Amino acid sequence: MQGVGHDWHLAATELACRRGDRVLFRGLSLDLAAGQALHVTGANGIGKSSLLRLLAGLLQPYAGTVDRRGAIGLADERPALDPHLPLGQALGFWAALDGAATRASEGLGLGGLLDVPVRYLSTGQRKRAALARLIGQQAPIWLLDEPLNGLDRSAVAAVEALAAHHCAAGGICVVASHQSFALSGKAELALAEFAA
Amino acid sequence: MIAPLGLMLRRDLGLLLRGGRRGGTVLPLLFFLAVTMLFPFAIGPDAPLLARTGGGVIWVAALLAAILPLDRLVEPDLELGFFDQWALRGLAEEWIVAVRIVAHWLSFGPPLMLASLPAAAVLGLDGATLRTVEIGLLAGTPGLAALGVTVAALTAGLRGGAALAGLLVIPLAVPLLVFGAGSLAPGGESGLALTAAASLVLIAIAPFASAAAIRSHRL
Repeated sequence: MQGVGHDWHLAATELACRRGDRVLFRGLSLDLAAGQALHVTGANGIGKSSLLRLLAGLLQPYAGTVDRRGAIGLADERPALDPHLPLGQALGFWAALDGAATRASEGLGLGGLLDVPVRYLSTGQRKRAALARLIGQQAPIWLLDEPLNGLDRSAVAAVEALAAHHCAAGGICVVASHQSFALSGKAELALAEFAA
Repeated sequence: MIAPLGLMLRRDLGLLLRGGRRGGTVLPLLFFLAVTMLFPFAIGPDAPLLARTGGGVIWVAALLAAILPLDRLVEPDLELGFFDQWALRGLAEEWIVAVRIVAHWLSFGPPLMLASLPAAAVLGLDGATLRTVEIGLLAGTPGLAALGVTVAALTAGLRGGAALAGLLVIPLAVPLLVFGAGSLAPGGESGLALTAAASLVLIAIAPFASAAAIRSHRL
């Protein structure tokens, strides 16, 4: 995220996604430049998570292409933190791997939880821990899958502020959520319109 | 590439050795000792028979002990999303698996070789036989580790995957067992070289097969 040029870019053209023998959506195109945000909306099971995994390159599209310039950071329902380790150590593994200089746990209210094993954390706390991991990754493109699930009101505001700050710094943010997500200047994409 | 792999090895060893969620070294070790101790009880105090069959018993016990940690080798990391996060950071599954094979071997190979000393005493093995057993284990356990990680990657996420992993490892480990235990027969020293060769083949294939299996879970 240190780059000043900000030529981060995330685009998809005529994307189609198939899960099993069912096509979830087709003909989906999007184009996000640095600093832009997109909110993907839709009911459960419509393919929001699959779309994020397509954009991340973890799934191969059934049709269409994804073009990404910039590292991808993904925060989904799986925190990728060792359950039996204290939160500080679990995050420390990723901090060392990503070469993050600072602990990103401030601002997310995790300061008092660093000694607590991850498996004792609540859903919301785990979600915030995953976001701390994402911040430490310093990836310019954020893909957030239901980032507000299980969060209380103040944590929701904190996450929305984080996303706003990320976009203001030139990052790209794609939020897939059935909840409303306050983020100024975001575009909306209703996945139902592309349902096959 | 080296620094991330060092981190991975440290994390894997921390999980495998310390009795963390991957069970630790102690359980397979106790299991190994228990099996080798059971054998004299079942056979009775027939010292020559025990000495003749003891080396094979150690090999069978080692193979069975290597099966115990299989369900914790790959599945938890897949389920928790670790492999996805590593993929996003451009870390190839092949390297991750190679590191895990090393960690898995370190967590059960050397401990089993140590535990073979009391086991050999109980079974009444002579010094020369014990030496062959130890060299055989040194040559064979890396192959067992590679095989274990591959099967763990293949069966991760399947219902009853743990039991299936055990069933798959046993027949695939037969060459190691045949050559390893065969080296104990009079004039069977060439079995050691064949054990090492079988190990090398497994080690060469394992990272690629396991990586393909792990990637296939994303489809």
